[in-house]
Amino acid sequence: MPNVPLSRIAQARSGDKGEGSNAGILARSQEAYDFLKESLTEDVARKHLLSINPGKVTRYAADNMWVLNFLLSDSLGGGGSASLKTDAQGKTHGLALLRMNMDVPESVLDATPAPREDGPS
Amino acid sequence: MPSRPPVRIANGQGFWGDSILGPIRLLREGPLDYLTLDYLAEVTMSIMQKLKTRDPSKGYATDFVRLIDRVLPELVEKNVRVVANAGGVNPHACKDALLEVIAKHGLQGIKVAVVEGDDIYGDLEAMMEGGETFTNMDTGQPLSGVLDKVTSANVYLGAFPIAEALDQGAQIVVTGRGTDPGLVIGPMIHEFGWGPDDLDKLAAGTVAGHIVECGAQCTGGNFTDWEQVPDMAMIGYPIIEAQADGTFHVTKHAGTGGMVTRSTVAHQLAYEMGDPSAYLTPDVVADFTSFQITDEGQDRVRIDGVRGSIATPTYKVSMSYQDGWKSVGQLTVSGPNALAKAKRCAEIVWERLAYDGFTYSDEQRMVEFVGANVCHEGITIPEAGEPTEIVLRMGVKGPDRAAIDRFGSELVPLVTSGPPGVTGFAGGRPKATEIIGYWPALVKKDRIQPRVSVFTSPSA
Repeated sequence: MPNVPLSRIAQARSGDKGEGSNAGILARSQEAYDFLKESLTEDVARKHLLSINPGKVTRYAADNMWVLNFLLSDSLGGGGSASLKTDAQGKTHGLALLRMNMDVPESVLDATPAPREDGPS
Repeated sequence: MPSRPPVRIANGQGFWGDSILGPIRLLREGPLDYLTLDYLAEVTMSIMQKLKTRDPSKGYATDFVRLIDRVLPELVEKNVRVVANAGGVNPHACKDALLEVIAKHGLQGIKVAVVEGDDIYGDLEAMMEGGETFTNMDTGQPLSGVLDKVTSANVYLGAFPIAEALDQGAQIVVTGRGTDPGLVIGPMIHEFGWGPDDLDKLAAGTVAGHIVECGAQCTGGNFTDWEQVPDMAMIGYPIIEAQADGTFHVTKHAGTGGMVTRSTVAHQLAYEMGDPSAYLTPDVVADFTSFQITDEGQDRVRIDGVRGSIATPTYKVSMSYQDGWKSVGQLTVSGPNALAKAKRCAEIVWERLAYDGFTYSDEQRMVEFVGANVCHEGITIPEAGEPTEIVLRMGVKGPDRAAIDRFGSELVPLVTSGPPGVTGFAGGRPKATEIIGYWPALVKKDRIQPRVSVFTSPSA
């Protein structure tokens, strides 16, 4: 199975949520969503983000939008105004998840167009 | 088929500090019925409360008054109505400033409404005597421990008071704290006559409001595939085209930059999301997993089938309190060996402070080597090489202001008494600033009375 970055089959948006953050992972196709719902578990995300978020990871799914939403309970160094971190709002945590490498079946890759990097169509 | 044209509700301001070009271009570049503007974040209320304590005519978003001064003739000519939470903790002062601006433009008969009742800062003790505990929703702690340090307390009001203000003919509605989606739902309730039991429709309004509440974040801003976004400099701000049955489209003015696709809209739906099946507002519990989202092309996305259920019996309260002090400063360290030199610099700062009797626990101090993977700490980045320069960013926090201030005076001396190539100390010595703690809580709805009042220019 090809080993590719999660960004090949998904997009992301993240931001602050109390003392933690949420990272929404948006699959690029129905096939990618079905695959990720099975394989991108709370535990897989937690291990990948361990240095960013020592806390708990909770996952919610929204099938209608192909979104897996990860809540990171302790990712902001105290959160809000108390945080001393550069990314005190968790704006970059979605991209951090997208840097994960995963073994993705050929069939999922075939069904999921790769992101274009050559400018607006 | 809809029996009337859809109502066009735009959002031109995603937060206090967003570009003034958003609302100006929304008015200039195409038709609109309503312009909504969001100026408030949790921390904002505390800052405004402090400004008001010093000067009773302050404590609201002055940016909003400047904007209205700039666009008023166009607003009146095009008959666009404005809903803004610019009132902060002093909506009447905001209204007075607006009436002055309207008078300056020589316009008569313009109605400005104030929605208030959200500010319970002065009522906390009485409410606690009446049985409210204001338990922290995140930590479970009772408020009594920090009551004397509270600096602001505001309820997130719903959308119905905004609709009432519009019913009374207001062209500009100024509110204090309310839900962000409420700015968009208010005009829908007013236009379509929805009631508190129209749960699916109120939930649809909530989804629409959530999509546009951060301005250009749904039209291609902060989008993963940023290379695909056309003309980001001239990005269009979002417009909801709402119908009476709750169905709506997300779009933007033709010819503006950015893009509206299923993907850009879904990005924003995933922003600040908790449990998507239960998005709580004071008006309804919206189910963000219930609807269909369809890309119709040409920067139009349709959402239909949103379902909602009955709201909870409480309002959410956002409180802030004085939670100690912090100080953060930075220096730039050039190569060669930038990272090694920056690490040595940090050790030197802590050692000199310790010599003078100032130590900070691991929770109270922070060191970042910006340029060496600070944002994505712990994640292997194969293409990363040796950084050619590093921004050394250090900070401390704690209850003792003197200890926090002492830290700031040991950063700049590194330029002459540390490794070579330390620069970038512009801004001088970092100073202690207050940490504004956030205290989310709940209060029973029957303890809160939202109020609406309408004023006509020229004021009496």
